[in-house]
Amino acid sequence: MDNYPVLIVVAPLLAALFAGIAAWIEQKLSYVIALLGLGISCFSAFHVLIKVITCGTIQYKLAGWAPPIGIEYRIDLLNAMVLMVVSGIAFLNLIASYRSVEQETSDRTGFFYTVYCLFCTGLLGVTATGDLFNLYVLVEITSLTSYTMVALGDRDRGPIAGMNYIFVGVIGASFYLLGVGYLYMQTGSLNMADTALILHSHQGSSIVLTAFILCMVGLWIKMAFFPLHVWLPNAYTYSPVAFSRVVAPLMTKVMIYVMIRLMISVFGFDYIFTTLNLSEAVVWLATIAIVAGGVMALAQKNLKKMLTYIIVSEIGYMVGGAWMGNQAGMTGAILHILNDALMTFAIFLAVGNIVYRLHRVELEDLKGLFSKMPWTMAGFVLAAFSIIGVPPTCGFFSKWYLIMGAFEKGAYHFAAALLFSSLICAVLFFRVFEICFFPPDDQDSHAHGHGHGHGCAAVEEAPVSMLIVSGLAGVSLIVAGLFSGTIVNTMIIPFLK
Amino acid sequence: METVISIKPLLAVLVSLLVIPVLISSSEKPNARESWIFIAGIIKFLIVISMLPAVLQGKQIFFTLFKIVPGADIAFRVDGLGMLFALVASSLYIITSIYSIGYMRGLNEHGQTRFVCFFALAISATIGAAFSANLLTLYLFYEVLSLATYPLVTHHQNAESKISGRRYLSFILGTSIGIVLPAMIYCYHVTGTLEFAPGGIFAGHLSRPAAVVLLLMFVFGFAKAGIMPVHSWLPAAMVAPTPVSALLHAVAVVKVGVFSIVRVMTGIFGIDLLAHFHLGFMVMIIASITILVASCIALSQDELKRRLAYSTISQLSYIVFGVALLSPKGLIGGVIHIVMHAFGKITLFFCAGAIYVATGKKYISQMTGLGRKMPITFAAFFIGALGVIGLPPSGGFYSKWNLLLGTIEAHHTGFMIVLLVSSFLNAFYFLPIVYKGFFGKTGENQQGPVKIEEANMCMVVPLVITACVSIILFFYPTLFINLIKTWLGI
Repeated sequence: MDNYPVLIVVAPLLAALFAGIAAWIEQKLSYVIALLGLGISCFSAFHVLIKVITCGTIQYKLAGWAPPIGIEYRIDLLNAMVLMVVSGIAFLNLIASYRSVEQETSDRTGFFYTVYCLFCTGLLGVTATGDLFNLYVLVEITSLTSYTMVALGDRDRGPIAGMNYIFVGVIGASFYLLGVGYLYMQTGSLNMADTALILHSHQGSSIVLTAFILCMVGLWIKMAFFPLHVWLPNAYTYSPVAFSRVVAPLMTKVMIYVMIRLMISVFGFDYIFTTLNLSEAVVWLATIAIVAGGVMALAQKNLKKMLTYIIVSEIGYMVGGAWMGNQAGMTGAILHILNDALMTFAIFLAVGNIVYRLHRVELEDLKGLFSKMPWTMAGFVLAAFSIIGVPPTCGFFSKWYLIMGAFEKGAYHFAAALLFSSLICAVLFFRVFEICFFPPDDQDSHAHGHGHGHGCAAVEEAPVSMLIVSGLAGVSLIVAGLFSGTIVNTMIIPFLK
Repeated sequence: METVISIKPLLAVLVSLLVIPVLISSSEKPNARESWIFIAGIIKFLIVISMLPAVLQGKQIFFTLFKIVPGADIAFRVDGLGMLFALVASSLYIITSIYSIGYMRGLNEHGQTRFVCFFALAISATIGAAFSANLLTLYLFYEVLSLATYPLVTHHQNAESKISGRRYLSFILGTSIGIVLPAMIYCYHVTGTLEFAPGGIFAGHLSRPAAVVLLLMFVFGFAKAGIMPVHSWLPAAMVAPTPVSALLHAVAVVKVGVFSIVRVMTGIFGIDLLAHFHLGFMVMIIASITILVASCIALSQDELKRRLAYSTISQLSYIVFGVALLSPKGLIGGVIHIVMHAFGKITLFFCAGAIYVATGKKYISQMTGLGRKMPITFAAFFIGALGVIGLPPSGGFYSKWNLLLGTIEAHHTGFMIVLLVSSFLNAFYFLPIVYKGFFGKTGENQQGPVKIEEANMCMVVPLVITACVSIILFFYPTLFINLIKTWLGI
């Protein structure tokens, strides 16, 4: 048995440890260590993905202890895919982040990389694990590091946003932990596969029902499902941009993964859709989330904050798809985990580049940006098209499956919300494009120049290291879109069967 | 029908796409940049031509690029209709490229590299749409085209183009996402395929009310076709530089809209199903209203390009009208109008641009007596106008003739009046421009000592070519008629 599955998680954990130590000696060293750790993790994830596609599910017993006593890593097609996405994005972002971290948290770079690695360890562990309690522990690692990171950001607003995030996050975690407690009460097991087997004979139990609801609410808080989203916009807006770029695409997506994992591998579709018959209500909630996220995004004047509300809307896509109760909807939700991670990453990379040069991303600051930062804006446009859902970018195809699922179930309100959200995104992004495309009025720019004391002429294209990653992410959107047929056929359909 | 697998359709699409990086890299050397455009344009045209013999023999050229979902891949299929459209678009692209050199340099426009890059992207998307094998692929290229033309429409980057750009996008993108996308997904949901098939894909899947709603969604959703009331983006888009108006808003973009409607009516619904549900009549009414109302509005426009835009709106509905007749002659008349109108209208736009570059005049009321100074331009304008009105000796005569025959064949003789009235209106809004240009008294209006003469050769040659082609098509329309016949299988 090879150790690749555990290496995915352990490599960044060790990297965090050594990066922390190295920071005492030389700050730059911790960057190299972090890069190495995540590189190994990324490579292992790739290895595991190939192995899962060719040979099927991998079960890895940590330290050789057999489940249900020991902790088991169970990697099937779904989490192999998510692991690849998480480790890939974390690694790429680290490459792009060197300059931004220098700029934003110059006095604490070593500390930043340590926490960054810990955060990735948490996300990867959550994805890999097959144990309910271990999952809780890792979710908490992720969350605690996020709180720290948010507080590291904007000197004025960051700490408050971080506090807010802690309160809500802890409540979410407690809900989930309570849910696991109830499950343990009923089944006496914490291993997912084992629990699922035992639950088969307890379908009517109110303890299981309580556990299910507690777990779901906990996860919904953690993933910022409307109306439990209030912590997200501020937390993501005021965190350092190098961290926003990794937390925005990954955190919520991993929580969606956990929700789907619990639905499929622990409670089972029969229980959720036949015994409880909750699908209708949750799809309505998702519909509201989509519309509300879009409308709130319209009201924002800060680019980063606008994007965070779009994330809230996107959460609605995936929750709705997963709760549709049919294959097309679930396919759409899983495909959207991948696609949304990629496109959110791509758009936040572009935002990161803009922040690096402009230091602020109020919409009015972006005037004339197409001519100043053409490559960054090309990446931005591509990602925006994907979020709007323009073919052949990947966002179109997951939307396609989601709408198909909605039609199959007869949930036309959900389909309408998806289309509405596409239109809203089109308005949102074309508003940004318009500001960036049209040159500033002459009078206006004079007043601006005098008022703020910095000339617009100084703005130039972002450093190459950031542009390359941005370009890679942009290309990945089109590649993922064009190969979405292959992705669905090799990973998602076999997983759902 | 025999199917040949070949990568050529993909190449035809990719040529202009691949040349874009080259264009960007040679942005400092305008001459080199322009020659690359020609090389790409000519290669594209040759690739399209090379597929012509096979298509004329009744073969279809097929190529699957990516498998997305069963029944809806990203795939190309070249048949008579697609070939006809691709021929028109790729040949006119070369001519427009010459013209736009003259126009852009004549006016010393900014951002020329950006302009040519998005132009190349737009033409790629147009060819892609022409060769699409199914609705998904068509939709893909339709969207790419919408987005690629936005920077072209707003090229001047001033307040006016900002407003027009907003209107342009909200109509085009709003309808395609809000209306076509759900209609398309519903089609796929019902039938499990989006492949264009000669008899449609709906056999037995659709009730009449559902068919009515779906058809309306497609007809109005493809807003590029300018069916009223989703037409008002087109006059707004006239703020674009004239080469854009000429190629994109008289040929490529608008015709992709009409082409999509034709494809959906023939390949998704199928002529038989439409006839069975009597849906042709409904579409004919919608098209007739647009034909007449747009012509009337055109009469009242003083800005030449806006008048041409309303004329285009009216003429596009001829094509939809012809197909809605659901009879062979009607289909021939409608589809051949894609070609005839393209050559006629692009000539008119070229003339409008030439007048603007040479004299700076945009309004018809200022053009009195100009014909004596610019005889070639105004003669070409006259020929173009003949083509749009549908008078011999211009190719436009063929489409009118077949449409009129089609109304008789389809037993909708009453609709002849629509066509005839519209022809009169066309004559009313075009011919006075020519007449006043040549014979109008300039009187005391004669402004200043500025000597007015023909625009530069880069602009005059293209408009002479298109005017000549418009006449040649009157004598030799066989190629295009044969293409339509192979497409229809008759």
